[in-house]
Amino acid sequence: MIDILSSILILAGVFFYLAGSIGLLRLPDLYSRLHALTKADNLGLGLLIAGLTLHSPELLTILKLLLIWLAVLAASATSAHLIARQARRQETGA
Amino acid sequence: MLTTQILYALAGCVVVALGLRGALLHASLLQRIVAINVMGAGVFLLLIAVAYRGPGLPPDPLPHALVLTGIVVAVSATALALALARRLPAEQDDD
Amino acid sequence: MSLLVFDGLLLFSIVSLAWATLTSSDERLSVILFMAFGLVLAVAWGRLLAPDVALAEAAIGAGLTGALLLAAVRGQPRPLLPGATHAPRKQGAAGVTVVLRLAVTLLSAALAGTLAWALLHAFSSTPHDLLPRAISENLEASGVSNPVTAVLLNFRAYDTLLELAVLLTAVLGIFALDQATPGYQPAGPVFDGLVRWLVPVLILMAGYLLWVGAHAPGGAFQAGATLAAAGVVLRLAGRSRTGLPDGYMLRIVMAAGVGVFLLVGLTLLLLGRPFLGYPPAWAGSLILLIETAAMLSIAATLLLAFLGGQPESTGVKAAANRQREEISRC
Repeated sequence: MIDILSSILILAGVFFYLAGSIGLLRLPDLYSRLHALTKADNLGLGLLIAGLTLHSPELLTILKLLLIWLAVLAASATSAHLIARQARRQETGA
Repeated sequence: MLTTQILYALAGCVVVALGLRGALLHASLLQRIVAINVMGAGVFLLLIAVAYRGPGLPPDPLPHALVLTGIVVAVSATALALALARRLPAEQDDD
Repeated sequence: MSLLVFDGLLLFSIVSLAWATLTSSDERLSVILFMAFGLVLAVAWGRLLAPDVALAEAAIGAGLTGALLLAAVRGQPRPLLPGATHAPRKQGAAGVTVVLRLAVTLLSAALAGTLAWALLHAFSSTPHDLLPRAISENLEASGVSNPVTAVLLNFRAYDTLLELAVLLTAVLGIFALDQATPGYQPAGPVFDGLVRWLVPVLILMAGYLLWVGAHAPGGAFQAGATLAAAGVVLRLAGRSRTGLPDGYMLRIVMAAGVGVFLLVGLTLLLLGRPFLGYPPAWAGSLILLIETAAMLSIAATLLLAFLGGQPESTGVKAAANRQREEISRC
């Protein structure tokens, strides 16, 4: 039962990663690519970690996995912001 | 002799060859440094593939220690090489 | 069977990322592909049951080397938006003929073939596990229960001492070559907010990795790399103080790894034991002592390597020196 649920969650996470990568390849513009990639990847990672927590034996592992998700969330949001800001500066400056 | 070992070791050999080719043929210093790092990564693949002893048994820790040492030495050599590369055009322009 | 599919996909990604890194004509692109290559390699280390190496590869191999390389391509104009033109890269060695390319390709293929032949020959002979058995038999007497840490800091401690010396030598070479690269502009509110909580978490994680290295994957190298990453993040956020001490303290911290190692070894020599031969009762504490000094030393040297040289001091004397240099240059 747990195996089935966790497999569904992990597959859903992988699907979102795939969607993000397709967005990276097919969307026309830097900003839309950043948007799609960051959102889809973070959601994918969240689903992946949710699937993994179902398999974890103890609470400490679950907390560590949640910390990983939060750290990746913050880091990817910040780096997306920095990339978009730099691109905006190059656009208006050039 | 496990299939996994052979697969990863062969991949390591291929990566070493690719790295060597890149290190000798590239024009830019930076890409040559990257190629040498890729060569090092191939060697690490070889070592860790040799250390793997199957899914049940613990792996051989000695190559792991060698690879750890190798990673740190590779980064320090890369840092020195990049500092040299930064200094090189300044020296050449002074002639 | 499913693991074979996974292995095949992973190895295909590794080899094609290596190929893409080495055949790209843009420097920045090959650096970014190299970082991706390092991360996929860390997954391979996890697959081959080498978690210590995976931690070190992700932190040092992909992270710090990538930061070093990106800092080296910094300043070369490259547009983030497609369509804009940029100045063509200066071509390096002229006249790399087709014959030379073919010869080098054949040489590399011959190297790969020789390595593969040697490996298959070694694999097909009877496996002997003399060394792994010796390691596992002596593990309790080594003071730690993580075999990789035991090998690094007890059985082959001499090699780790020399490795720390190599790290120190590289940074001394970097000091001799140049001053630190110019800093970055101060960070906006978003990045600054991230840095405010990320750096304490990284410091905490480094301490945890150092402590846990005795009985789980971790150790001084991974902890030192995490500390160096904290300093790198501070530098990227435009802070002038990146956590490094000033003046004499900096030199002491840089030499601490090699110094403490040598001190322990020589003290043991004076007490009648072999060089770096820990008594089993003290082994755990001595290893922790050496690892702490090594972590600080590794963090300082890796951060200095990223800075590219001696950091600019903000003291009055340095500013006066700079003014004098500028006047004399006119």
